[in-house]
Amino acid sequence: MAVIRRALSFMPVSRLLFTVISGCLLCIEVTGAVLPEDRADALYHYYSGGGVDIQGPSILVRKSIKDKVSVSANYYIDNVSSASIDVVTTASAYTEKRKETSVGADYLNEKTNMSFNFTQSDENDFSARSAHFSVSQDFFGDLTTLNMGYSQGWDEVGKRGEPEFSEEADRRHFRLGLSQILTKDSLINFSWETITDEGFLNNPYRSVRYIDGGGYSYQAERYPSTRTSDALAIRGMYYLPYRASLKLEYKLFSDTWGIGADTIEVAYVHPMGDEWIFDFKIRQYDQNKADFYSDLFSQIDAQNFLARDKELSTFSSLTIGIGASYAEELKDWVHFDSYSVNLNLDFIQFDYDDFRDLRVEDTAVGEEPLYGFNANVVRLFFSVFY
Amino acid sequence: MLNQFIKIKSLLRVVLLLCLTVLTGCSSIQPWVKPYERQNIADPIMAFSRDPVSDNYMHHVFQAREAARGSEGTAGGGCGCN
Repeated sequence: MAVIRRALSFMPVSRLLFTVISGCLLCIEVTGAVLPEDRADALYHYYSGGGVDIQGPSILVRKSIKDKVSVSANYYIDNVSSASIDVVTTASAYTEKRKETSVGADYLNEKTNMSFNFTQSDENDFSARSAHFSVSQDFFGDLTTLNMGYSQGWDEVGKRGEPEFSEEADRRHFRLGLSQILTKDSLINFSWETITDEGFLNNPYRSVRYIDGGGYSYQAERYPSTRTSDALAIRGMYYLPYRASLKLEYKLFSDTWGIGADTIEVAYVHPMGDEWIFDFKIRQYDQNKADFYSDLFSQIDAQNFLARDKELSTFSSLTIGIGASYAEELKDWVHFDSYSVNLNLDFIQFDYDDFRDLRVEDTAVGEEPLYGFNANVVRLFFSVFY
Repeated sequence: MLNQFIKIKSLLRVVLLLCLTVLTGCSSIQPWVKPYERQNIADPIMAFSRDPVSDNYMHHVFQAREAARGSEGTAGGGCGCN
């Protein structure tokens, strides 16, 4: 059992960050023919929910050179302490650390902006490298910004306690985005991203359960070796008459594993004076399960592919977020323009429709109560602009 | 699932059609929001994402627990005002 004590979803964390970074490259160039502003951010993040605590810092420094090039570097750490339901029911609690470093450069030439980024992420049983490129172009009187991007990632998957275990996975992202100013008070953004994965895509520690006599037993998960997904998002921003903004977002997702998902988000930003900005948001996410997911299979090797990862089950999540930001100019400082202090709190509720809580033992097999949990996320960060 | 896939493809066609309309219509349609009318659009509160590092972290939180991925971004927001 010691070998599988690290079961849970933190193996995929690196590859997920790869998706995030590549997605953000898409957005950065939404600013079009403007380089990102010079800034340094120090973020402390904390997540607690479902028996998992994750916290750590993230540092970003960005500096432009002669208004043509902007370079950036980011250092990020996750300190994980996990006693999640997966770990509690099939293994034992664990702690681990993940480090990620990335460097990037933006090049601006008239109305064209090109971005490059390279990221390296390491855990003790998983490493990921990824390279990202995107280009954006402003046109139509700078009312329209078109952007395209490509990313490629290379994962190496290990397994603790089995030094000979070594698998690989490759990932490719293709992105297309369009931003349009509709009126002097509104703008809209469309973005589409296709991602293809090939290689070892499942978690080497995770198990599925199947009916065995009057009870149940476990066997290792088996995923397909390829996955392709499409995501299409539409976002709109509207400037309200009394200096506040409203954001609406709708995202559709579908993949070749049979998973479909919808995300709806509404956000409201309310400034007070020149110093304070308050944020409010609500987000609803719904997904259906993968074709090869089951909470309880009828027998061992019931089908070619087997999964009991709750991330692949049918579930919904509801997020409510609030935030406050205080910014002030640094008039007497030579090298700095301004600073801001920000605090964001998010409360997330996950409700699973076909993932059962196996910690409850005095029920018939397959009739355990459905699982659900609440999570709290804290982001506290300090930014300085120069 | 098939319906979801068809919905995405249909929406993508609409987006591409809009892109083509914009691209081909530039010669006859003039930009209708003048640079001096973009004060509200340029306000930081109109950015899709004001703080990339912080928003990246929330994308990361969701992606680690949800199967959906891609098209998260919007850091930077945008107006092409400068």
